Amino acid sequence: MSLLSVQNLRVRYSIAGPVKAAIAGLHNRFVDAVIDVSLEIEPGSTLAIVGESGSGKTTLARAVIGLTPFTGGNILFDGKNPFALGPHPNRAYHRDVAMMFQDPVSSLSPRRTVKSLITEPFVIHGLRDRDLGAEAHRLLSLVGLPSDFAGRYPHQLSGGQARRVGVARAISLNPKLIIADEPTAGLDVSVQGEILNLLGRLQAKLGLSFMIITHNLAVVRHVSDRTAIMYMGRIVEEGPTQALFRTPRHPYAAALIAAQPNPDPARRRSGPVLTGEVTSLRNRPSGCEFNPRCDQAREICRISVPNAEKSATGQNVRCHNPLW
Amino acid sequence: MQSVLEIDHMSIDFDTGRAPVHVLRDISLTVPAGEIVGIVGESGSGKSTLALAIMRLLSGNARVTAGRIIFDDKDILKLTEDAMREIRGRRIAMVFQDPMTSLNPVRSIGRQMLDIQRHGADGNTASKRSKAAAVLKRVGIPDADQQLDNYAFQFSGGMRQRIAIAMGMIEKPEILIADEVTTALDVTLEAQILHLLRELRDEIGCAILFISHNLGAVAELCDRVLVLYAGEVVEQGPITDIFYRPQHPYSRALIACDPARISEVTRDLPVIAGEVPNLAAIPRGCIFSPRCTLASDLCHREAPAMFEVGNGHFARCHFAEAVAPR
Repeated sequence: MSLLSVQNLRVRYSIAGPVKAAIAGLHNRFVDAVIDVSLEIEPGSTLAIVGESGSGKTTLARAVIGLTPFTGGNILFDGKNPFALGPHPNRAYHRDVAMMFQDPVSSLSPRRTVKSLITEPFVIHGLRDRDLGAEAHRLLSLVGLPSDFAGRYPHQLSGGQARRVGVARAISLNPKLIIADEPTAGLDVSVQGEILNLLGRLQAKLGLSFMIITHNLAVVRHVSDRTAIMYMGRIVEEGPTQALFRTPRHPYAAALIAAQPNPDPARRRSGPVLTGEVTSLRNRPSGCEFNPRCDQAREICRISVPNAEKSATGQNVRCHNPLW
Repeated sequence: MQSVLEIDHMSIDFDTGRAPVHVLRDISLTVPAGEIVGIVGESGSGKSTLALAIMRLLSGNARVTAGRIIFDDKDILKLTEDAMREIRGRRIAMVFQDPMTSLNPVRSIGRQMLDIQRHGADGNTASKRSKAAAVLKRVGIPDADQQLDNYAFQFSGGMRQRIAIAMGMIEKPEILIADEVTTALDVTLEAQILHLLRELRDEIGCAILFISHNLGAVAELCDRVLVLYAGEVVEQGPITDIFYRPQHPYSRALIACDPARISEVTRDLPVIAGEVPNLAAIPRGCIFSPRCTLASDLCHREAPAMFEVGNGHFARCHFAEAVAPR
């Protein structure tokens, strides 16, 4: 059984009230930041959600953890529905699913010590019988920081160290799933490897599952078991990472992978692989959202949204005219 | 080959109230006319300080303690502010990382592009406006004529960066400094902007100083590369030498760390152990020696000179030849 199962999830934002919409002549006063997203995460595995700015990756993560209410679909965790009683998930879910936020320095309160930050989850969840000093020591050693860091404040940490504190906080309550939003954004390459290696070690040691949100494809290839590629709120292709990188089926997935610059001067490209920009969510194209930029687009692509279809390699692709 | 810019043994300190921080030390660099020179380094290596020094836009607590920056046979660092204004934005232009904060939010795009042309003696407002529209069109802004009256917030991130590049290019500068211009952009837009920079270089013939921590972007665009570490040039040379025959252990480690370079899938990614030294108290010996896997007694004792290790290829390492025999 999957650890996390997301079914047809939709997150809809209102961009104008009915009066403003009438005055401004808006056809549609809602935008769908996440639309019809289904995905599964197996225990102990890593799923990467990849997409460009505005593709809905962070909204999806926030909806899964219950920070942003979703307007359609279902989320099942360990076969149970944590959202059964409304938009706020139950407390057990908050223990089982932890989040690592994008900017570690600004997500850590500047007035609190590292010890107070990483043991705060125990206080929030009423686990007052725990020895917080011992817990802080245990967590710091798990993330590879010396125990004298317990007394430091966030401004005394480097970017990589702040990231480790974020990891310590996330693993404090022994979660089953960690949602990591851009875990290495803003880090130098020499430090990026340290954080990713740490996440890999913790996964092996604690049996964690990860949902990693990122725009960095080079990283995804090394750390994730499966990858989902989002475009305008929809997952256009999802599958085993190696197969998806080797032979992407969706034209957007292929373009995104090819757009990654190669650190090899002999492999320069003659021009950009994908022209134009992402259409505004306010003017969602009819049919397949990618059709205005797609060189494979046919008549049908402008009319109907393609269904997800599974290939022999395990890739689920939403395309009327996939690459193979 | 003729050079448009030459930096000669320049050092810069920042005064902090406590000990001064030695942000750049003994920087020498030659920018050949019309070439794209990449400046690579991690956070805090001094990339942006170098760019701001060339533009004479350093903050008040910065002091140039040694060296010269030669442009048009004159030392930029000694020019009067009036003389510098003739150069800045017209003959040496700069594009910044974040186009939202570098564009003026309360002045229309068109007005800002007129401001840049203020010193241009010839032409009236109408002709300057049409020149602005032509440049915007060139960098790929649709309906450029109408867009001149719009403001920065009305454009997407990629469009804003195109506008910032148009502003840098409008006076056909001899040098364009591009400081992390693709860092805030998605990969598909990054590829478009890199392509645009190369086309503009070919059309205008300007040299570009391309500052980036993204080795992929540098490999895609640059003719030469300079590697900065903790305020020092540790290696510089032609792009193929730096990527295929790096001579400094730091350059080698940096290239090895890039996950895009690693073809075999691995859960154990390479790292550079240790931390960047405190620039207020520069250690003796080679600046990289505390983190270098090859460091010997000599490295801890004595700072290496810059050795020429190939044609136009220099490395600051005692073991430059031994590290990677050519």
